Amino acid sequence: MNFYAIRAIYFHEMDRMRRTLFQSVLSPVLSTSLYFIVFGSVIGGMIPQIEGVSYGSFIVPGLLMLTLLTQSISNSSFGIFFPKFTGSIYEVLAAPISSLEIIIGFVGASATKSLIVGVIILITATFFVELQIQYPLLMFFLLVLTCLTFSLFGFLIGLLSENFEQLQVVPLIIVTPLVFLGGSLYTVEMLPEFWQNVTYFNPVLYLVNGMRWSFYGTSDINIWVSVISLVAFLSICIAGVAIAITKGYGTKE
Amino acid sequence: MQNVVSVKNLSKTYSNQFQALNNINLDIKQNEIFALLGPNGAGKTTLISIICGIVTPSIGTVEVGNYDIIKDYRKTRSQIGLVPQELTLEQFEIVYNNVSYTRGLYDKPPNHQHIEKILKDLSLWDKKDSKINELSGGMKRRVLIAKALSHEPSVLFLDEPTAGVDVELRKDMWEVIKNLRDKGVTIILTTHYIEEAEAIADRVAVINKGEMIVVDETSNLIKSLGQKTLTIDLHETVKTLPDSLKNYKLTIVNDGLSIDYQYDTQSKQTGITSLLQDMKEAGLKLKDLNTEQSSLEKIFVELVKEK
Repeated sequence: MNFYAIRAIYFHEMDRMRRTLFQSVLSPVLSTSLYFIVFGSVIGGMIPQIEGVSYGSFIVPGLLMLTLLTQSISNSSFGIFFPKFTGSIYEVLAAPISSLEIIIGFVGASATKSLIVGVIILITATFFVELQIQYPLLMFFLLVLTCLTFSLFGFLIGLLSENFEQLQVVPLIIVTPLVFLGGSLYTVEMLPEFWQNVTYFNPVLYLVNGMRWSFYGTSDINIWVSVISLVAFLSICIAGVAIAITKGYGTKE
Repeated sequence: MQNVVSVKNLSKTYSNQFQALNNINLDIKQNEIFALLGPNGAGKTTLISIICGIVTPSIGTVEVGNYDIIKDYRKTRSQIGLVPQELTLEQFEIVYNNVSYTRGLYDKPPNHQHIEKILKDLSLWDKKDSKINELSGGMKRRVLIAKALSHEPSVLFLDEPTAGVDVELRKDMWEVIKNLRDKGVTIILTTHYIEEAEAIADRVAVINKGEMIVVDETSNLIKSLGQKTLTIDLHETVKTLPDSLKNYKLTIVNDGLSIDYQYDTQSKQTGITSLLQDMKEAGLKLKDLNTEQSSLEKIFVELVKEK
């Protein structure tokens, strides 16, 4: 195992976060805080409690997931796409590093960045809404698992993207709508029956509800189904990235 | 001398069906400066990219230090340093971190003294805290060399190291390359500057359209394939050549004050004696004589044209 290479890639990527602190940390924290202010403090006061939880508190797990998903995808897709774009990927490809070591370095850094942003958002949320976490260990486990899974997914997008447009398509056109329509801001029961059935095909529903269960012990979905869904998606991402990087898709001719 | 790099029957066809290399065989000896010469698109970069592990070969094998580049990729790549053609650097990172990063990629623990020495050798130490985007093109090129040397490689590949570099800096680069060779590093460089190969390479390979045309010692190549030019300076200008001299390969130069005669150094009779005799009989008065070996550039153009 080339530990020095993993360390080099990891800290090289973390340095990028340090250099772009506003974009990497402050921007997502600020935009999520705006949701807390508008939907939590301002509009939330006019909405009755949902499953015994105030609306402001109810939307915290969903908004946390929205940020974790978009940040994880964006961090890792950009992390691998940028050296491809500038050409500096050559030194990673020419170095004595295995595919696994490359993945650990890039994905590990991306997941860490998202985790840092997630924790800051949680702390920020306490300023605007009343927050309780019934199962903190489970919450932290889901937080880490989500960051890892979607960092892997983002890494795959970055590997396969050939230009900046392709890099943005999946996060903007697919992920953001899935999160908004995946019960981040409402429960499935609020929807008409037809749309309830449609929503069950949305994988993000299982993530958001898993996180919500760790906070308040209430959820539209059984917690085990949520965890298994997340692990299944993690496995798919691992397989996808392993195939792509071993075959050299997007990096090697 | 021991072979450091051994390429056997190597071919590469890209996914768009472009055949970049066709059955290349090549041995590079330890501690030599080896120049790969060829026009744009000849396959030079593809060849070194395969040896370095960036491009996958279609057919054939490559060994570095007797290890296979695919089966034993960690062992082969650890020995290699690569300076790419393009200035591909993380623009917003500082010089020191950029160079240290590469050392880490090659499984080497941080070594401040080594990085300091490389940066000082390449006159970059005072720029160690500068961001890459604040450096000139020549400095960026030297940062790429520093990165390639950060893990103490025994084989260094330089892909067009002096492309777009001014004459003075180019000569500095040549000194850097020669110094590295003196320290025991084997150097393989690609170039389309003939004078570069002529000035620093021990051996030269000419590659064109993916095929190796010739591999030889630089001096041998110039000697065996070269032509010489005899320049004859005259006392008085001539506008046309006398009929008695029309059978010689002569060109009037220097506004009629000189005549160039091209001859093959390898032929049994160079024709110089009879030319000078015929010139005397034609009434031309000679002022001075000068001979010049034809450059690698002329040889290269001839070789590429023949193919």
